[in-house]
Amino acid sequence: MTRKSRRLWMLLLCALGLGSATALTLSAFQDNLVFFRSPSDIAREAPTADRAFRLGGLVETGSVVRETAPDGKPEARFRVTDGAHGVPVTYAGVLPDLFREGQGVVTLGRLGPDGTFRASEVLARHDESYMPPEVADALKRSGHWNPNQGGPPPAATWNTLEPASAQPRRGS
Amino acid sequence: MIPEIGHFALALALALSLAQALVGLAGAQRADARLMGAASPLAVGVLVTVAAAFACLVWAYVANDTTVLNVVQNSHSLKPTLYKISGAWGNHEGSMLLWVLILALCGGAVAAFGGNLPSALQARVLGILALVALGFIGFILATSNPFERIWPPPLDGQGLNPILQDPGLAFHPPLLYLGYVGFAVTYAFAVAALIEGRVDAAWGRWVRPWALAAWSFLTLGIALGSWWAYYELGWGGYWFWDPVENASLLPWLAGCALLHSAIVVEKREALKTWTVFLALLAFGMSLLGTFLVRSGVLNSVHAFANDPARGTVILILLAIYIGGGFLLFAWRAQAMLPTGVFTPVSREGALVLNNLLLCSIAAVVLAGTLYPMFADLVLGEKFSVGPPFFNTAIFPLAVPLIGAMTLGPVMPWKRARLFPALQRLWWAALAGLAALVLCFAIEGYRVGPALGFGAAVWVILAAIADIADRIALFSRPRAAWARAKGLPRAAWGGALAHAGMGVMILGLAGMGLATDTLRLVKPGESVALAGLDYRLVGVADAPGPNFSARRATVEVRDGDRLVTVLAPERRSFPVARMTTTEAAIHTNWLADLYVVLGEERDGGAVLRIHHNPLAPWIWLGAALMALGGGISLSDRRVRVSAPAAKPVKAKGVKAGARA
Repeated sequence: MTRKSRRLWMLLLCALGLGSATALTLSAFQDNLVFFRSPSDIAREAPTADRAFRLGGLVETGSVVRETAPDGKPEARFRVTDGAHGVPVTYAGVLPDLFREGQGVVTLGRLGPDGTFRASEVLARHDESYMPPEVADALKRSGHWNPNQGGPPPAATWNTLEPASAQPRRGS
Repeated sequence: MIPEIGHFALALALALSLAQALVGLAGAQRADARLMGAASPLAVGVLVTVAAAFACLVWAYVANDTTVLNVVQNSHSLKPTLYKISGAWGNHEGSMLLWVLILALCGGAVAAFGGNLPSALQARVLGILALVALGFIGFILATSNPFERIWPPPLDGQGLNPILQDPGLAFHPPLLYLGYVGFAVTYAFAVAALIEGRVDAAWGRWVRPWALAAWSFLTLGIALGSWWAYYELGWGGYWFWDPVENASLLPWLAGCALLHSAIVVEKREALKTWTVFLALLAFGMSLLGTFLVRSGVLNSVHAFANDPARGTVILILLAIYIGGGFLLFAWRAQAMLPTGVFTPVSREGALVLNNLLLCSIAAVVLAGTLYPMFADLVLGEKFSVGPPFFNTAIFPLAVPLIGAMTLGPVMPWKRARLFPALQRLWWAALAGLAALVLCFAIEGYRVGPALGFGAAVWVILAAIADIADRIALFSRPRAAWARAKGLPRAAWGGALAHAGMGVMILGLAGMGLATDTLRLVKPGESVALAGLDYRLVGVADAPGPNFSARRATVEVRDGDRLVTVLAPERRSFPVARMTTTEAAIHTNWLADLYVVLGEERDGGAVLRIHHNPLAPWIWLGAALMALGGGISLSDRRVRVSAPAAKPVKAKGVKAGARA
């Protein structure tokens, strides 16, 4: 095999590898992108039940109910809000350690036909003062935080629905 | 006083790095032996000063010096001493200092053990390593000084994030950084080769052990991190396709491709340009990983609050080193003449295929990791890419990769035929097929796990078949022992690493069959999972050094026989105002019994129970891969420069002159 034809072969192989990687990536993207929706987005246009998405916002104060299903499976119900709209969420599982009312939360799941979001995952964070960027963005869009007036306040004081209950905690 | 000494030592290291870079690069360019000779002592000087700075930071942590801002933010006097020490690199500033310390260690190693290298090559490598160190020490001094003082000092520190208070923190970052930064050395060799315009077997003989060592450390670091996440996060999972995890997987994939193609350079003097490209890519991926983790652009389960301003600086450093490297590559790659010739079906061909597939997988992972960030920045669209994406996109690439990794080692160099190679592996293939059918028969129609078991058995047995073939175990059993002793350690290491991959696939396939359940139970009640009974005996208080815990006692029974007693905990840390769950894990090597304690209410407690078949084999397989790398490193060939070096060098000079 001459050098020229070998180089051609190499290039062909590289193109094949890169091409198949691209094709696989694109086809997998088509089915598996998980979009982020805020409660206001859902109020505007409800996603269909067949597609999973991520719902994020603040856990509404006083909305968390923990109960047990008849088969002994624990279930939690709460509302996720961005200040303008709220969405009821049910979750069968152990809530993360940092889950509390007034905190930013991101959940993964599907919207049922009754308008209740059935979460399969409630995402945990390592850090109490951490605000998920999507949630910060949703709050900005719903008009509860104007970036022109300075940086975001500590996560614990974000619950605009009931500011009195939010105790100031240690900032980072 | 001591923090100031540390700060000063770091500044001194910056100056010494600058000198090392100038002396090394300029000395090699002018062929000035005196200048080139100064590069090695300077590299040792950088190592000493950076080590001094690091020691000062550790001292500040151990003494709990609350006048140092970094200590205040990340430590507390009540913390156990081990976590005080490891806490020194459990934060941004400290971990960057650790990064630089390991880079200085690599520089020191090249200076100390590089005596048998051509002096110009050694000087250039040291010069380029110093350029990298220069950027990162400058970055630390300018944006993230770990020695910053705070006045008046607070009474005590704010404590370390409880999730990080684990022995895992003591070992995971150093191992990972040894891997990341080890690729800086192969990068430096690649850039030096591009400047000189030649790559020869002697170059390959130096690059391969560095790539191998870095890759082995990275394997251990990733495995340790995965195991740590498995037992600490309490989700029962081992890999989440999280951006931070992907950031460590990218250099691993590139490094894996690099160390395989470096074999071809060393043995056959082919694939030179490609190897140089991979060396640039591997370090590029390491830097990208550092950027992704350290800049705060990521939204990850492992991410902590970060300062985006620092990200910009790391991005600029990334652009300089990687952009510079690839520009040089585009300009100079033509200078390296290919010599070794081979047909597509040969060991070289299998290694090329393996390289292409590894790079394709890396491209998929990179796209899945970066695309959500780009979409957010450019399109303003927020979405994420989860495990289903990676699983569906990577699976079709992993299948031929497994084929290439089993067939490659049994094929001869230069020219091979497919059929005899397959003939050597027919019994491994048969056993793999049997495992696949057996899995279908026992577990029902579960495609993923069944394919995994089949692939695992095939990979492990193919590695054994390869060794058996080389020592002629079946054809001449009497001479087998003598031949086994004569077989180079690199062959043993390679086979062991491949078998380790098989063991890991076995664990992954087993985890595909994992089951779990979630139940609110009262003391005395029990939950059944996978044929075992989990009975909650009770929940009691358990005090700890800097936390208070609630500890459940769970008896696990198989019929009437007591298997084990598990004690999962929920710990609350008053200083950090955080609660963590400590999963209780019992392993019998066939399965992990994994219990997590949830919240307590209505006189009972929520228990989440996982049954994870073959889970420990995932990390065992990774450890075997790293061990294989270590055995391969101890090969005589690595330590002794082969007699073939001289004619090869002469050929290289010719190639350089022609350029």
